[in-house]
Amino acid sequence: MANFIEAANRKALEIMQNAQPTLVGMGVAKDVVPGMHKKLVMHAGPPITWEKMSGPLRGAVIGGLIYEGLAATPEEAEKLAASGEIEFDPCHHHQAVGPMAGVVTASMPVFIIENKAQGNFAYCTMNEGLGNVLRFGAYGEDVIKHLKWMEKTLYPIMKQTLEIYGPLDLKSMIAQAAQMGDEVHNRNKAATSLFIREIASSIVKTDASKEDQVAVFDFLNSNDHFFLNLSMPAAKSAMDPVGKVKHSTIVYTMARNGTEFGIRVAALGDRWFTGPAAIIDGLYFPGYSTDDANPDIGDSCITETYGIGGFAMATAPAIVQFVGGTPQDAVNYTTSMYEITLEESVIYKMPTMNFRGTPTGIDIRLVVETQILPVINTGIAHKRAGIGQVGAGIVNPPMKCFTDALEAYVELLESEGMLG
Amino acid sequence: MSVNELFKRELKVINMGLESFYEELRSQDVGTIHVDWKPAAGGDKKMASLLGRLKGL
Repeated sequence: MANFIEAANRKALEIMQNAQPTLVGMGVAKDVVPGMHKKLVMHAGPPITWEKMSGPLRGAVIGGLIYEGLAATPEEAEKLAASGEIEFDPCHHHQAVGPMAGVVTASMPVFIIENKAQGNFAYCTMNEGLGNVLRFGAYGEDVIKHLKWMEKTLYPIMKQTLEIYGPLDLKSMIAQAAQMGDEVHNRNKAATSLFIREIASSIVKTDASKEDQVAVFDFLNSNDHFFLNLSMPAAKSAMDPVGKVKHSTIVYTMARNGTEFGIRVAALGDRWFTGPAAIIDGLYFPGYSTDDANPDIGDSCITETYGIGGFAMATAPAIVQFVGGTPQDAVNYTTSMYEITLEESVIYKMPTMNFRGTPTGIDIRLVVETQILPVINTGIAHKRAGIGQVGAGIVNPPMKCFTDALEAYVELLESEGMLG
Repeated sequence: MSVNELFKRELKVINMGLESFYEELRSQDVGTIHVDWKPAAGGDKKMASLLGRLKGL
């Protein structure tokens, strides 16, 4: 059994590199997301109880319960959330991902992504746009009204649009966007534009009124982050099968719930390795500072896990105006990620790096050995429920996640008699 | 070559380890580059030992 770790990692990398994330349609969460039910609130990151949830996650839960009609007021929602009647579970346990708070409830429409290479599915809600939005913990009337517009107007049109268009190859679209200045985590301007261009004629072919079609175009055009909710489940669909590769030391999940950061490693299955979520170093909107910031939150670092996002910062120099730093910093972030990954992407290439592929396949051994932590770029939520985004920046997971995982990995091999 | 002969020539230095050595040479206009090197696992003996057990597997 010599080189069995290397063989396992080669298999995991093959799964990652050959993944074919494809947008195949839309549905309502309760109909398509495995295990979804009326009293389940899915959230970002590793498992967490209501008592330990941070402000923005609590805010999004409150908004989700009001949106579902399970509570009429924020006070009622808080009482219900604390009553034990509501089940909380990570999106990641239901083949789903959610940006920031990541709250998904039964009535929310979701994108359905199929990894055609493996036949597995991933789900994600549509992006709400910036400003007062649920994913940053806002739950005011305007937030709920907007979510209802997304459910009643945007969703039927998008669903029909995708039926008319047929399967949409997200891998090619991400690869193209990566050559147009996006790293598809915090910069999705090119990808969103490509997406609109691709589906435009199908939107026009739907039987929706011209007024509603215009509203959909205007919304998509106003929201540079719309594609984030496609790049995330694309990455999720690529990474989930990696989680089934025995003995692989590759990280297949990184996610944060606003209180803790968690990772999962292929060889160690569904087990989470967690540590305290960090405060983000970044650029704050006028009037806000680190004093207002909630610790790191969201499933969006599934993009970094897949080798895009912060790992592909070099290809998105303009992003530094949003997350801070200089274009050289962006190159340095990407360059340093080659130290902790096993391969370069064969499809996601960066012109600014002489078309080098993005760093792919985080190995826990390399993180512990080099002490270089994955680089994640991210939005910053206000620490109090109901306020929303206050900035964006750069953050790392705690080293503890990786050292604990390494220890567990060695224990696993010992228990299997694989160590000499 | 003896050490004394070496110091009669123009020095080109690659520094590993303490960065202050690099800074000191730079301040004396000696051509120096610093290698960003750290011991495995940042010197954590337990982690280095775990990594060692996985080598070659």
